[in-house]
Amino acid sequence: MSASSYTAPILAADGTPLKKSLSRALRQQKRRALMLIAPLLIFIFVAFIMPIVSMLFRSVENDIVANTLPQTVMALQSWDAETGELPGEDVYAAFASDIKIAAKAKIHTKVGLRLNYEQSGIASLFKKTARKAKKWDMETGGPFKEKLIGVHKNWGKTEIWQTLKIHSSRYTTGYFLNAIDMRKTAMGPQRQAEDKQILLLLFQRTLIMSLVITGSCILLGYPVAWLLANVPVRQANLLLILVLLPFWTSLLVRTSAWKVMLQQQGVINDLLVQLGMVADGARLVMINNQTGTIVAMTHILLPFMILPMYSVMQTIPPTYLRAAKSLGATDWTAFWRVYFPQTVPGIGAGSILVFILAIGYYITPEIVGGTKGVFISNRIAYSILKSLNWGLGAALATILLVAVLILYWAYDKMVGIDNVKLGG
Amino acid sequence: MVIYRSTVASCLRNLFKGQSRLVLWTKVTGDPNLTDNTAQDAFVEFEKVQKSYDGETLVVKDLNLRIAKGEFLTMLGPSGSGKTTCLMMLAGFETATYGSIRLDGTSINNIPPHKRGIGMVFQNYALFPHMTVAENLAFPLEVRKLGRSIREEKVNRALEMVEMQAFDGRRPAQLSGGQQQRIALARALVFEPELVLMDEPLGALDKQLREKMQFEITGLAHRLGITVVYVTHDQTEALTMSDRVAVFDDGRIQQLATPDQLYEKPENSFVAQFIGENNTMEGVVKEVDGELAKVELDGGETIACKPINVNRPGERTRVSIRPERVEFNKSRLKPGAHTLKAEVLEFIYMGDIFRTRLRVAGNDQFIIKTRNAPDQVRLELGAEVEIGWLPSDCRALDA
Repeated sequence: MSASSYTAPILAADGTPLKKSLSRALRQQKRRALMLIAPLLIFIFVAFIMPIVSMLFRSVENDIVANTLPQTVMALQSWDAETGELPGEDVYAAFASDIKIAAKAKIHTKVGLRLNYEQSGIASLFKKTARKAKKWDMETGGPFKEKLIGVHKNWGKTEIWQTLKIHSSRYTTGYFLNAIDMRKTAMGPQRQAEDKQILLLLFQRTLIMSLVITGSCILLGYPVAWLLANVPVRQANLLLILVLLPFWTSLLVRTSAWKVMLQQQGVINDLLVQLGMVADGARLVMINNQTGTIVAMTHILLPFMILPMYSVMQTIPPTYLRAAKSLGATDWTAFWRVYFPQTVPGIGAGSILVFILAIGYYITPEIVGGTKGVFISNRIAYSILKSLNWGLGAALATILLVAVLILYWAYDKMVGIDNVKLGG
Repeated sequence: MVIYRSTVASCLRNLFKGQSRLVLWTKVTGDPNLTDNTAQDAFVEFEKVQKSYDGETLVVKDLNLRIAKGEFLTMLGPSGSGKTTCLMMLAGFETATYGSIRLDGTSINNIPPHKRGIGMVFQNYALFPHMTVAENLAFPLEVRKLGRSIREEKVNRALEMVEMQAFDGRRPAQLSGGQQQRIALARALVFEPELVLMDEPLGALDKQLREKMQFEITGLAHRLGITVVYVTHDQTEALTMSDRVAVFDDGRIQQLATPDQLYEKPENSFVAQFIGENNTMEGVVKEVDGELAKVELDGGETIACKPINVNRPGERTRVSIRPERVEFNKSRLKPGAHTLKAEVLEFIYMGDIFRTRLRVAGNDQFIIKTRNAPDQVRLELGAEVEIGWLPSDCRALDA
């Protein structure tokens, strides 16, 4: 035996390294465990992860132009967009050929719609051009430059060709630039026109309002959680049911109830008017604005704050407070120096939960938020459902997802995710 | 009802006996400050204290207790006997339903716990988990608004006292049970209270560590001259640590005495049963003649014993004798010893002692303990032996 054998791996009885033989022994168990959770894993992958990934992928995907107008994209490569000169006959001819094929296959409207996001008017231009191009003969019909400009004078402008060239690549950052109120131009990214700048404001509003909602949940939830943890078990159970009751009521019902409560002819305003605290002509506006969203969402998300705080407070024995008092601390000092620091993990867990839920909330702001109280998620829904700009919707959703992940990471760095307690 | 009244009487009687014994003890240890103590200037005083949580039952019934300055008093009793409630009332976490509690002559009934200036060590230490050891110790000084330099000095001195200087930067969770115990002790002492309460502080430690800490705590208490009220359900702990022990049961002090008095002269059958091991035999008092009573056991034999709380013939009684006071070796029997026939049922070797179970006067749970000496006889199973004891070691108590 040489001296180096001291550092050699420990061997099992049959001479194989201990690590290897241990992992062999555990392999069977691992395989069985994996098989047990396989149905769930497959389900999550197929029904959750794959749709999300494919949706997010749309935020950069842009092969519709390259696929529909392949010859034009090729021909435009040699054209310098910044000179201000129109492209040559070859580009016009390539486009005429592409649009004719596209019109026969009836896919010209799609590419028109795609380019319409970047420059309005392109959709109708494409429709009109395609109708004419169907009858053109590619061999003898030239020159196409004059023909196209004859169809519509816009074909004689460089902007159209610039837009086509900028958005001809298979992958684009255009949607992401749109998501932060910018757009792609021949001169590089530039700010959107003043009247189109809304998304950054929405992001900002979403963040600030989520923070306000989280803060008000902490303020309202802390005493409740304390009460839950400190009253006798029977009363605590009753209280807990009251806290959980909203979970068993439909989200829509709860939100609509707030509409009844908060509107100008609603319960609260009527009460205030009857009590004479508010003049009948000056009823408070508490709905279809930020106040409505904050009130309703605080109520809806409160249980998510109370439960983690309660589960942490439950584990803090009352002797700590007694010890602090026996050492000479007043009730307040005992609470603030001894009890409160120990509940911070609960507050942290509740805050993460509430904030992340709030930042992506959709239904409640939609119903009670009006125009001033809507979140970025409402805009995402608008992009997906109304304006059908899926790329923009996907870009906004990606930014939201990344923002949440960054916040989560920052929280982990500051507080440590291990300190977060969701269950007793 | 008769029993009820007699226990009240014995309780009060014990109280005053306890006081006189305390004076005796202080003479032995030679502390001049304590000899002057009279009942009037007791440091801690419970007077007619009662406590009820639900308004239906009393947890503490008419507690009267005086504790002298510098005394180490232990409240001993089974769980639910009211000892912890008494401690909590003294600390201020529970209010007395009736009666008054005085500290150094002034009533503290209406003083909140944080103004009482009483140090306390809790059962599970209650060290603040989010603070380091040094921060834990500095906490009572901080809330008293002491300056940083004084704070640090006192913390260091307290850590030195419990020999934990090296651990000031650690969190409680990084310490072993014994170390946490020391820190809890240091924290209760760091603001120099005159009275320190301890609520089963050694309950969570293993046996060896517990015994070591017992000596450390008593040594520290005597060195600093502090008054300690200690709650435990462990009778060995109570006997080895205390100047006086108050045995609690059913919300009352059953006996208040020095450890040796408590062990050797229990004044009722509860104390006799609770402290140490005891052989009991039930019977009826036949006659009482001063220091001697004749009792006819249920087994038929008549034995002589010392009447403690029986006074007239015809009363039922429980006769109690310590296992180590019973002798089966005729040559060692003292003159005047009373003998009975016995049959050996079981012999247990316990190392330092032998524990032998016998059938005596129809009682087959009679235990004798003998020291494992070179000339000691090991009794054979089934052997017929003659056992005996001095009538003065055999106490006739309430049934």
